[in-house]
Amino acid sequence: MADEPKEQQPSPVPAGDKPASSPAATPPAKPAAAAPPAATPPKPAAPVPPKAPVQLQTPLNNELVGRVRAKFGTALVEAIEDRKQAILTVECGKLAEVSQYLRDEEKFDLLSDLTAVDWPKREKRFDVVLNLYSFAKNERLRVKARAGDGEQVPSVAGVWPTANWLEREAFDMFGIVFAGHPNLTRILLPDEWQGYPLRKDYDIIEQDTSWVKENMGIESGQ
Amino acid sequence: MATDTTTDPRDKQQTLLGADELILNMGPQHPSTHGVLRVKLKLDGERVIGSECMIGYLHRGVEKIAEHRTYQQFAPYVDRMDYVAAVSNGLGYCEAIEKLLMVEAPPRAKVIRTILTELQRIASHLLWLGTHALDIGALTPLFYCFREREEILKIFEKYCGARLTTHAFRIGGLQYEAYDTLEKDVESFCKAFEPRIKDYEDLLTQNRIWLGRTKGVGILKAEDAIAMGATGPVLRASGVKWDIRKAMPYAAYDQYKFEIPVGTTGDTYDRYLVRMEEMRQSRLICLQAIENIPTGPIMAKVGKVLKPPPGEVYHSIEAPKGELGYYVISDGTVQPYRVRIRPPSFVNLQAFDKMARGHLVADVVAIIGTLDIVLGEVDR
Repeated sequence: MADEPKEQQPSPVPAGDKPASSPAATPPAKPAAAAPPAATPPKPAAPVPPKAPVQLQTPLNNELVGRVRAKFGTALVEAIEDRKQAILTVECGKLAEVSQYLRDEEKFDLLSDLTAVDWPKREKRFDVVLNLYSFAKNERLRVKARAGDGEQVPSVAGVWPTANWLEREAFDMFGIVFAGHPNLTRILLPDEWQGYPLRKDYDIIEQDTSWVKENMGIESGQ
Repeated sequence: MATDTTTDPRDKQQTLLGADELILNMGPQHPSTHGVLRVKLKLDGERVIGSECMIGYLHRGVEKIAEHRTYQQFAPYVDRMDYVAAVSNGLGYCEAIEKLLMVEAPPRAKVIRTILTELQRIASHLLWLGTHALDIGALTPLFYCFREREEILKIFEKYCGARLTTHAFRIGGLQYEAYDTLEKDVESFCKAFEPRIKDYEDLLTQNRIWLGRTKGVGILKAEDAIAMGATGPVLRASGVKWDIRKAMPYAAYDQYKFEIPVGTTGDTYDRYLVRMEEMRQSRLICLQAIENIPTGPIMAKVGKVLKPPPGEVYHSIEAPKGELGYYVISDGTVQPYRVRIRPPSFVNLQAFDKMARGHLVADVVAIIGTLDIVLGEVDR
């Protein structure tokens, strides 16, 4: 009870945040439905909460984006900025080429992280997300590629060898197939594991119940 | 890494005696693997010609758990990843969520966070030094290291009641005010610690056995280290001067003077020297920080129910083992839509195959030790 008013009154330090935190707090049910397109400028989200004034995801148009657009044209689907972090979305088929370019020409020589996100309501449900860092520029860049279920994503293990294990983990957890990966097998889970745990439709309780039934022949206590 | 072994030209060469190569299974219950790492070694006599790390024995699905907890509820879970540096894990998580909420911790909280995180770095490096030396055959440093580590854990215990999985920080700042004698405790630890680092170095740095076991073992060149994504002391020992505390300062690191030690050859000995110097630098940061802890609130104004505005953020810190990154996506509800943890140990371990090839089985133990992995973080 006491929590609710408390949350709305305090104004977070940076100025831009003030209106954003309160509308997010008022309609608790809707944002979940509106969230999947969060990577795009959230226009469908805007009409749902009545206030929704602050646009946190703004289009990005700096020199780097200009160069990538000049080189790859429409393969650069979108360039936005979220909380001052640059995000490029590229066409899935061009991911390896864009990566090669970013490493060689733009000096993003460290692949900090490669992971995936599942948006089951979207037509292409997965985002493959690369977090890059450039020593020369001291800059970070996030590159995303959207992939449908079963669609092959070009592996970037040839560009950054780090991607080897990271792509195996993404395959292990999401079932995303990376074309051209040297050894695409499960890495954290046992080889005989069924399903891909980090997909949103992977139910933990159901998994537990069926495992107990199968392996111990009893009903799960959960 | 299995297929790497087939593409490597060194694999095609004949084994020394024309005999069949031997596959040796090491771990998961091997004392030198620091947990439950299993390594499949391909051997020619006693020489390693290929290796494959089998991991996942400690997988708990931390990222899945995060999607079913609120932002605050998930905070204690991150302590269980790198359980010998829980404070650093907590700092990274809290700062990532603060970025997502677009709030900033008050200056006092930032400084206290910095002090505790640097103490944690020393504690983590001490544990590494003790066990690494023990693996290679030097028993004495372990007792010395644990003696000093105990002092740091006592400070944590006095501060928040816990020694290992501390949950010391909260999203927005700190829950606990610094206890009365924190500065004094940190100061007396730092004063006592300096001659003790010298003691460790007296035992090891010029020790002929130590030199024989570490010099030229597990060399990782700078370009390889970058390509393999290695970070932290492993990267710096290869000669790349990159530390997130300097490159993209967080907490209160921009206020303090410290050096980034780098190595030259990237062998096990260099990584040893880099970590030793890092302990000295952390000590200096602590001393500077306790001199002037700002007064004021310790908690920013954040609600008790956290609903970050939709969007995403990637935030990384320089944990004792390397770059610890959190990639968090909010959909505007009380639970994160996705929390991705970029563990330094997992990525650093990938360089193991490259480092171990051509060395003897006994060196494998040294190389696992020098990577300073914690399996809780590798497997999550």
